[in-house]
Amino acid sequence: MLGLVVRRVLAAVPVLVLVGLIIFSILYVAPGDPAVVIAGDRASAEEIAQVREALGLNKPFLLRFVEWFWRVMQGDLGLSVFHGTPVSELILDRVGPTVSVMLMTMLFSVVIAVPMGVLAAWRAGGLTDKLVVGLAVIGFSVPVFVFGYILAFIFARELQWLPVQGYKPLSEGLWPWLRSLILPSVTLSTLYVALIARITRATLLDVLEQDYIRTARAKGAGQFTILFVHALKNAGVPIITVIGLGVALLIGGAVVTESVFAIPGLGRLTLDAIAMRDYPIIQGVVLVFSFSYVIVNLIVDLLYILIDPRIRY
Amino acid sequence: MGGPAATALRAPSVWRRDKGMTLGVALLGTMVICALFAPLLGTVDPTAINPVNRLKPPSAEHWFGTDMVGRDLYSRVIYGARVSLIVGLSVAALCALAGLAIGLVSGSIRQLDGVIMRLIDAMMSIPPVLLAIALTALWRGSLVSVIVAVTLAETPSIARVVRGTVLSLRELPYVEASTAVGASMMRIILVHILPNTLPALLVQASYVCASAMIVESILSFLGAGIPPSIPSWGNIMADGRSLWLVLPQIIFFPAAFLSITVLAVNLVGDGLRDMLDPRQMK
Repeated sequence: MLGLVVRRVLAAVPVLVLVGLIIFSILYVAPGDPAVVIAGDRASAEEIAQVREALGLNKPFLLRFVEWFWRVMQGDLGLSVFHGTPVSELILDRVGPTVSVMLMTMLFSVVIAVPMGVLAAWRAGGLTDKLVVGLAVIGFSVPVFVFGYILAFIFARELQWLPVQGYKPLSEGLWPWLRSLILPSVTLSTLYVALIARITRATLLDVLEQDYIRTARAKGAGQFTILFVHALKNAGVPIITVIGLGVALLIGGAVVTESVFAIPGLGRLTLDAIAMRDYPIIQGVVLVFSFSYVIVNLIVDLLYILIDPRIRY
Repeated sequence: MGGPAATALRAPSVWRRDKGMTLGVALLGTMVICALFAPLLGTVDPTAINPVNRLKPPSAEHWFGTDMVGRDLYSRVIYGARVSLIVGLSVAALCALAGLAIGLVSGSIRQLDGVIMRLIDAMMSIPPVLLAIALTALWRGSLVSVIVAVTLAETPSIARVVRGTVLSLRELPYVEASTAVGASMMRIILVHILPNTLPALLVQASYVCASAMIVESILSFLGAGIPPSIPSWGNIMADGRSLWLVLPQIIFFPAAFLSITVLAVNLVGDGLRDMLDPRQMK
């Protein structure tokens, strides 16, 4: 088993390098001078020349990439054009709220969506099923920020139960922190709930037709035990896969959700960077998010080995 | 090929049974009409500024009210359908072409499959919205740059679906039979495999279309998409961002149009999937 784990972890290394290569290349395949982009709109000719020197544009492309990737691996993501500080520091400053919102969203989504999918599969074709399938289609169709505004309109503007905007760090107390997270997390979870509920339903429909479920029924196991213990256990792998893959959608959604609720996270950092045309920040954020996504899916793959002893790479 | 083609020809009866698809086609048709005939639907110039008339609530003259520089919101929203549909349809078409080519090559030529799939895995490890932001932030916003950026971000998913279909088709007896009678690889790919990848391609392309519309609106909402001078639903919502507590209609009208359009495309996609049922292809 240790061998399996090591092999899977090593397999992620080339993916990380390729992801790095793609993100690095974007700057060079786009028309225009990379040095001008990195130095920013307001840079003087002298500053641009300095940046050109630092980027080493006279060196071969692959060598530049290797040097850049080596620095990235050591946590050096370059300097922000606007702030002049290291991009890695800016990202570390802003990562807390984003991680809080995303973890809360994942927790909330799994708790809501898995039982939804199970119930829909149990009563396949019935009213519950139609409701769940319908909600999933809506979840896929309504963009997250639209949901954000609808929820904020109802719960913050009209009912005034929750804050309209803003974020309170955990250091200001558990309740203020949770309160500031509720609306953004519920907003962000709509798409994720749709995704997880749909795959749970589809997988469970297959599993429920298998012989061992009939056996369980025959020996008198209760409906709840059959659905949530026997069936769900075997539906675990596809569900966890989708939870992992869905993180990509979550990341995209987080950027927008943060701007709806004025949360000072990575999404807000990206938004400001777009407005300031601060490309090093944009590159850094894309890199950090993509690497996290690869690592989340690596963890998901490792979980397979734990929960399903049949899986062998 | 007989199976799915015949199913498609029996479409009217399918439509009667599939209420979702019928609703999707009707809603999408309405949006297409809005986009095509925008100037004839009681609209005024969507970019005409009229500061005297700013921030007006909905009225007989301005059905959806006006924004902070007095532009007619109804006209802007109706014209916004053009941007969304152009982006959605062109991205879907470009992705389908590129994805088909990459998928066919990857699925048919073993030597290239490994390299192409690793690249596709890596591309898919970059969340689409972020990849698109990284590209449009470099290029400065324009309709074309948004379309190209979203196409690049969405193509890998289609290539992967096509490749998967090609791999499963290759195992089928009729392909083996063609090889046995000496058909060239080119002929097998173009005559026997390509037509049978189309149902799965069509279904996937419809989902890419829906996704492209959402990504475009997110990009425009964040200021990394369509230039603010062009009325797109994302841009209108971005304009309303600071004002929405006072004037929620600036957000809600474009939001409703966007959601309905994406819902319509998704319903059509689900309908196509049920109609062409890729499971029958295996």
